[in-house]
Order: sequence, then C-alpha cells, then structure tokens
Amino acid sequence: MTAMRFAFTDDQKMLRDTVRDVLQRECGPEVVRSVWEGRPEAAAAVWATLAETGVIGMTASKDAGGLAMSELDSILPFEEIGYAALPGPLVDTIAVGIPLLDAAGTNSQKDQWLESVATGNGKIIVAFEDQAVVPYADSADVLIAERGGAPHCVPMSEVSVVPEPSVDRARQLARIDFEESKAHRMRDDVDGHALLSLAKERATLATAAQLVGLSRRMLDMAVQYAKDREQFGKPIGAQQAVKHRLANALIQQEFARPMVYRAGWSMATSQTTNEIDVSLAKIYAGEAATFVAKQALQVHGAIGYTIECDLHMWMKRAWALAATRGDAAFHRERVGRQVL
Amino acid sequence: MDLDFTADEEAFRKECRAWLEANVPTEALRSGDTREGFRQHIAWENVLFDAGWAAVSWPKRYGGREASLVEWLIFEEEYYRARAPSRVTQNGIFLLAPTLFEFGTDEQKERILRPMARGDVTWAQAWSEPNAGSDLAALTSTARRVEGGWRLTGQKTWSTRATFCDMAYGLFRTDPAQTRHRGLSYFMFPLRTEGVTVRGVDRLDGDEGFAEIFLEDVFVPAADIIGEVDQGWKVAMATTSSERGLTLRSPGRFMATASRLVDLYHRHRDRSDPVLRDQVIQAWMDAQAYRWFTFQTVTRMMQGESIGADSSMNKVFWSEMDVRTHETALALIGELLELDEGAESAVDQGQWMKGFQFALAGPIYAGTNEIQRNIIAERVLGLPRK
Repeated sequence: MTAMRFAFTDDQKMLRDTVRDVLQRECGPEVVRSVWEGRPEAAAAVWATLAETGVIGMTASKDAGGLAMSELDSILPFEEIGYAALPGPLVDTIAVGIPLLDAAGTNSQKDQWLESVATGNGKIIVAFEDQAVVPYADSADVLIAERGGAPHCVPMSEVSVVPEPSVDRARQLARIDFEESKAHRMRDDVDGHALLSLAKERATLATAAQLVGLSRRMLDMAVQYAKDREQFGKPIGAQQAVKHRLANALIQQEFARPMVYRAGWSMATSQTTNEIDVSLAKIYAGEAATFVAKQALQVHGAIGYTIECDLHMWMKRAWALAATRGDAAFHRERVGRQVL
Repeated sequence: MDLDFTADEEAFRKECRAWLEANVPTEALRSGDTREGFRQHIAWENVLFDAGWAAVSWPKRYGGREASLVEWLIFEEEYYRARAPSRVTQNGIFLLAPTLFEFGTDEQKERILRPMARGDVTWAQAWSEPNAGSDLAALTSTARRVEGGWRLTGQKTWSTRATFCDMAYGLFRTDPAQTRHRGLSYFMFPLRTEGVTVRGVDRLDGDEGFAEIFLEDVFVPAADIIGEVDQGWKVAMATTSSERGLTLRSPGRFMATASRLVDLYHRHRDRSDPVLRDQVIQAWMDAQAYRWFTFQTVTRMMQGESIGADSSMNKVFWSEMDVRTHETALALIGELLELDEGAESAVDQGQWMKGFQFALAGPIYAGTNEIQRNIIAERVLGLPRK
C-alpha cells in the first residue's frame, strides 16, 4: 500500500548515525570548550574525520565527485552537528558554499576550491548582503559573498577581517570587506540572483536543523541533571514543577521537528510553498531552542549560570542561531504576507 | 519521505469534498449538547452512515470504507472545511470503538458497532466520579456478580450528553478485595433502565452538555464487559490513549478554525494592531504545526509503531492552541464578544465566544494537562515518579 509518508529512509538514518558516531567520539564538550578558549585547531581532527566519511562533499554534484544529496538528505546530519555544537563553518560549507560554488563557480574557482573543500582541506564561509558580521572568518579559506545581488568567490587572503567579540566565542564573529575584482565574479551565464535566493533558503533551513539538535542536547543535559541532582532527599526531577518545565520543553521541541523536516522535503522537491515552509521551520526551531535553553538553565540552577558548566556553550549557540538567517520576527512577517 | 498525497488519496479527498458539498445542511444545526440539537445531529449521523462516511476507517462489514489513517485525516480536513455538524457520536465511534476493536469479542462488535456508527444507539463516557477525577483509580462504584451478569452501584459524573444518550461505558470495581487500578472491570451499561437516574448539569456555556449518573443495582449481562474481568484498567488506558491522541481532535478541525480566524481578521482589521496580527499568524502556523506533527505520528502508526505516552504531547498542544486561537478571535471582536448565540448583533452568530468556552474545557477533559505533563515527564523523559 502506498501512502503519503512522513519518515526518513534507512539510508538517511544511516548517514545520520555515521555523523553522530563521529561527533560523539571526536567532538565532546571539551573540543567545543577548546575552540571557545581560542584554539580553533581543536576542531581540526573532527573536521578531517567527517571529510573522510564523505559528508562534506555530499551536496556536490556527481560531476564534481559529490553525492548530489538533497536538502532533505542533509537535515539529519545538520541536526547532529547542532547536537554536538561543532564549531566552524561546516554547515554553511556543505549546505550553501559547495552547491553555490558548484553551480555558479567559474572553472578556475572550481578547480581551486571545490575538491579541496569537499575533501576537508578548505572551509567556506558565506555572507549575504544583509549581514553586518559573519562567523568563522578567522578560520575560513574562501568567502562566497553576495554583492550587488551577485555571488562572488573571494579567497580569504584577499578579505579584510575585523574581529568583533561574540557571546558564543566559538563563532569568531568579524566584519569583513574585500576589494572587488573580476576574478571574484562567479559565472555570468547562470542566474546568480536565483541561485543566491536558493542559497538563502538553504542557509536558513540548515540553521533550523542545527537548532533542533541544540535543543535536543540541552534537553538531554537538563533531564540528566534533574535525575542526578538531589535536594530534599530526592532527585529534583521528581518535583512536579521541574517535570512540567521539562515536559513543556519537550513539547515545543517535538512540534518544531516535523516543521524542519517538512521544509527539507519541500526544498528537496521544489515545492511552491518553499519559502513559507522554510520560514515556519526557522521560527519553530528557533523558538524551541531558546525556550529549551531557558528551561535547561533554570533546571540546572546556579551551576548552569557558570562558564564551568557545559550548558552555556549550547545555550549561546542557540541564541545566535535563532537570531541569524532571519529571526522569528523576520520569518513571521514573511509567513504573514502570504497568509493574511 | 513523500509528503505528496498519492493519486488514490487525492481521489478520496475529491470524493469526500463532493459528497460533503452536496449534503452538509446549509442551515447550522442547534448545539448538539441540547436536547433539540442532539436530535438534529442524530438525523445527520444517519445520513452520514447511510452514505458510508460515519466511520471511514472501519472495516466495511461494520459500515466503514477501510480508509487508511492518512485518508481518515483527509476526511477530517474536508469535514471541518465543509463546516459539517459536530459529531455527537464521537464518544462511541472514536473512543469506545477503538477499544472494542482491540479487546471486544466478535459478538460485541457485531451487535454494537453498526448501531453506534449510525447513531441509532448513542454512547456517553462514564469515568469520573465525585471523588475520582484526575485520580481515576480512586473510583468507588462497584459491580456485584449475580446470576447471568452483574449489578452496578455508584455515581459517575461529567458525563457528556448522558442526558440524551442510550448507553454509557466506564470502570467499576469487580474485586472488592483489590485496591486502586487492580480489580476493576470495563462495563457497557444502559442509561434508560431501572435503577439509573441521569441528572443533567449545565456547562459553562449554558448547554446541558454534562450529566451525573446515579446507579442503584443496575443489571448488566456478563456479555457487556469488555476484556477480562478485573482487567478493566488496561482496557481503559487503551481508550485514553486514543482520546488524547489523534482520534479525538484531528488537525482538520484546527485548520478550519485557523482559516476562519484569518477571515475574521480581514473583516476586523481596523481593530487590529501588530500584536494581534502576530497572534493571528501564530494561530495559523500552530494549526500547520499540529498537522505535520500528526502526519508524522500517523506514518509511525502505519509502520506498526504504537505511540503510547507520546499522545499526551498532542493533547497538551491542541488544547492550548485552541484556547489561544479563540482568545485571539475574541480580541479581534472586541466588546461585542459578550453577545451570546442568537443575539442579532453578534459577530459570526456568537460562535467565537461559544467556541472559546468550549475550548476552555480542552485542557481539563481527557486527562487534565497537568496529568499529561506528568505522563510526558515520567514516561517519555524518564523522570522519577517520586
């Protein structure tokens, strides 16, 4: 019997498990913390291992040696990357950078970057025109930037980078600028504007997927803490006030997930509802992650309010990602324009 | 993942839509929770059944059309979209019937299901007692074994439409030596028989929708126990899971409410402000969220998974969404919200205030949302009970 089916395939789940295993082994909280403390090279090993699994090249076309995987195929890996709070521009590289380079890069741009990035030897950051600051400029090799409505591909050696301290220190924010030259322009025989629009939807969707992962991790931490921490002679998680807080967190998170998965399917199958579906995904995932962050902090109590406790690294990433690639107000407006 | 409906599913939707367009009464019926309105609604249920739409997911032999769960959701979307009458047979079709399919004997199914689905025999729930609400296992109504069956004694309450219904179902203590959830049995019993007194209780919205049921030595044949004697708790929990899950409140209902809210917003835009506008958008989005969450759940069920305690998440979500949606509507209406049904100046015949009052019951019935949150915390998240 065939029927409409809302579930991932075994292949998609296998890819998720592969990424999950690598991250579990090589990207524990201590790695995130090292990057936080100013040692971005701490995440180099996990990046290399992920490249070996083929996950970085997965969105490249088959001609370019990739797996031509869709926005739906990459949702679960991105969720795992959020779960691990992996620092670095991996998601933008996979979701936005590689497909854009592949579709709009000149032959020399592709020769220079595509294979090296797909095999883990280069990192792409992506900057759209509305962004005042971008993350990970310090550790990237190449910038793909929107300028004058057209995509540009600029080696980081030609980009001026002015760091701006960020609350999530692993994100290494910076203002960037570059002197435009002909070599930076991408192909002019493709519709650069349309490709950039698509890239923005992909960047937003990928951010939403990470937010789901961040949310799951914070909830896991809070539940574990509520089971372990005893007061009044019993685990605090036996108290109804704590239970209800965590139940609310789970409900909000679990209602966000299908919105993100649905948007992944819409993008992968080019539905006419793409934009609205991506907006719904971003709103629900962002609001779930920030809500779960707040509940997790409260359940942890004072220890959660320290830098010693790992929770803050996930919480700050959630704040950052919920606000970037269009915050809830931006996306609600986009939905509102279509619905009302 | 394939979120396109199949050709068969699309054809099914078309068939639903065409039939509903041709058959849904053009004039709104009176509330099904009033005596006169109940009669009107039963007449509609007869029409639905005779055309094969009363219980689409049931086997054909009982009057269904063996629709898949996805098709059932499609039917519900179309049903609410068409503004068809509320289902006064719901406590039978959507709550008792799933229990019968799981635990009932063939004889029970043959005897009970068709008249239930046609509205010829109507069913009320009888769970709560004066001192057993959220703590259902504290119930004290008893069943005493007699020749050929049992005699029921006790008091049940908050029994929706019991004043108008023919039959009810609920738990009674069959083993007086046992306590709490042990030693209970699941009975079906007549409401129009010697020893039964039903007293209507007016609800918040003024309708006689509630009732208390007093039972004094009421005879019930042995064939009207569902499942095994003393195993009623297990059987009852199967019903509550359907009730909290999707069978009670499918997404179609909330999608229809959200689209009526959008329509109200357009007519009352001059009263709106950015906050209200955001709330209207939120209501529309939440109905979408419930829809996709439900399709995901239905896929799990069609793959043979049981959703168990996850159904508590549905219940909290839809019940609280429904309250918010109606609050937003009332804010758009302004001071005229006070006008009751039948008032000439009422906006949309006063349905928003009526709906708001009904929505307020959502976080209470089918297990309060406090109980649902305990279930989520303990059975889904694994937090300690004590």
